[in-house]
Amino acid sequence: MTGMPHKTDAPALVSLTGICKRYGDTSVLDHVDLSVHAGEIVTLVGPNGSGKTTLVRVLLGLSEPSTGAVSRARGIAIGYVPQVVAVDETLPIKVERFLALALRRGQDKSDALTRAVEEAGIGRILDRPLSSLSGGENRRVMLARALLRDPDLLVLDEPAAGVDVSGQSALYNLISDLRARRGCAVLVVSHDLHLVMAQTDRVVCLNHHVCCTGHPETVSRHPEYLALFGADVGRSHAVYTHRHDHHHDLAGEAIHDGHGHDHEQGHHHD
Amino acid sequence: MGMGMTTSKGTIMTDWTDDFLVRALIAGVGLAVVAGPVGCIVVWRKMAYFGATLAHAALLGLAFGFILDTAPIIAVIAVCMLLSAALVGLERRRTLATDTILGILAHGSLALGLVVLAFLETVRVDLMAYLFGDILSVSWADIAWIYLGGALVLAALAVLWRDMLSITLHEDLARVDGIPVERRRFLFMILIAVIVAVAMKIVGILLTVSMLIVPAAAARPVSSSPEQMAILSAVIGALSVLGGLVGSLTWDTPAGPSIVVTATTLFLLSYLSRFRAQKG
Repeated sequence: MTGMPHKTDAPALVSLTGICKRYGDTSVLDHVDLSVHAGEIVTLVGPNGSGKTTLVRVLLGLSEPSTGAVSRARGIAIGYVPQVVAVDETLPIKVERFLALALRRGQDKSDALTRAVEEAGIGRILDRPLSSLSGGENRRVMLARALLRDPDLLVLDEPAAGVDVSGQSALYNLISDLRARRGCAVLVVSHDLHLVMAQTDRVVCLNHHVCCTGHPETVSRHPEYLALFGADVGRSHAVYTHRHDHHHDLAGEAIHDGHGHDHEQGHHHD
Repeated sequence: MGMGMTTSKGTIMTDWTDDFLVRALIAGVGLAVVAGPVGCIVVWRKMAYFGATLAHAALLGLAFGFILDTAPIIAVIAVCMLLSAALVGLERRRTLATDTILGILAHGSLALGLVVLAFLETVRVDLMAYLFGDILSVSWADIAWIYLGGALVLAALAVLWRDMLSITLHEDLARVDGIPVERRRFLFMILIAVIVAVAMKIVGILLTVSMLIVPAAAARPVSSSPEQMAILSAVIGALSVLGGLVGSLTWDTPAGPSIVVTATTLFLLSYLSRFRAQKG
């Protein structure tokens, strides 16, 4: 992760503090803090039903938290790629028209569209009906759509779902390329750790509350994380991880408290 | 029912404005041209049952129109709007599925409409005409209502079109893009209400929904863009009106149902042509 601006120095694009979300007696989110700073890739991991999607909906303003504060940087543009988008065949629409619909009124059509199409690598399928796309193509089109308004923050909910394995790594490479090229921050939601971990700057492990947060390697050794995903995941993850040229001071990096205090402290890499 | 059918044979075509068939055609085509594009969104958003519910409630609106002595079309639109609001409110509580709520509202309001009409002893309503339509008896005043309402609906639809497409494709994405989804949806419900109020007189309450659904469904296999489908469904609707009226005149069949039968035939032809194109 050399060359990246230090996360805590960059301004927070979005920050959530003390978010609780209850449906009746069920507490889905319990005092969750999450912030995403300019230019960083944050991965939100957690098992199914851990409140990841709810948290993202709160972040996007699609859902009101029961308590807690959501603040977004003034004038921030968020590109959202929701979970698998099922396109109904009753509506005949081609990919290009679908993308054009997402442009702001009066926005110069050709420029933004051409760039997003090129970046997402979907030039060949612009003329195809939207409902005829494969899972991977669908993801790329949704990604291109999210890029149209030149986002400061990309939010991707389970981007690998419905995409085959080779497509998944291509997709993750694409995402990290986009960050490098556009300098946008990325929030990836995933229940699948293996491929995400290598490219991400910070992992937030969620199971209704924030279990632990920090650099991928640190998190993968965290006891709460291992308890949640099992020791097997920790081991298989090691196979996929890049060997970094720097080492981590485990004692200094370990997160002592996984219950929603300020996790931004103490993640200094040397 | 049976209005005009027997006299039709003897009509002399000297003054065309007196010809009930011309009026029927003008009225029907006016409705079809508006119902086509709106029907496309109804089909895309799976709102067919919602349209049917409003059509059922139209009878209640009619009853209120008599009680309050207002133009029936205004009363029907008002009742439809109340019903739309009730639906949005009940949906928010999430205790019942939408189709259940619609079922309750549809049959409850139809029954209530019939009961209220029964209390109005001074009014005699030709129920069959309202249930199955009476297109051969439309007056120039009716036509004025149809074209006035239709023009309003088309103008509103032109403004809403882009947002409605975005909402149909993905509501959350539309929200993140800043589209006021709830407000747009409610506005669209009002458009359907206006169409129901207008269509009631022509094809009747029970066949109103078919004017929204069938031409749009028939347009789908031969369309490759949303706008194309909207225009084609308007054309198919207009052809159905023409075919239905000609058929009604030729074989002395009821006009409203003949229009719907023609539309359904066009729907079948459209799907068969697509099926053969895929095979060949």
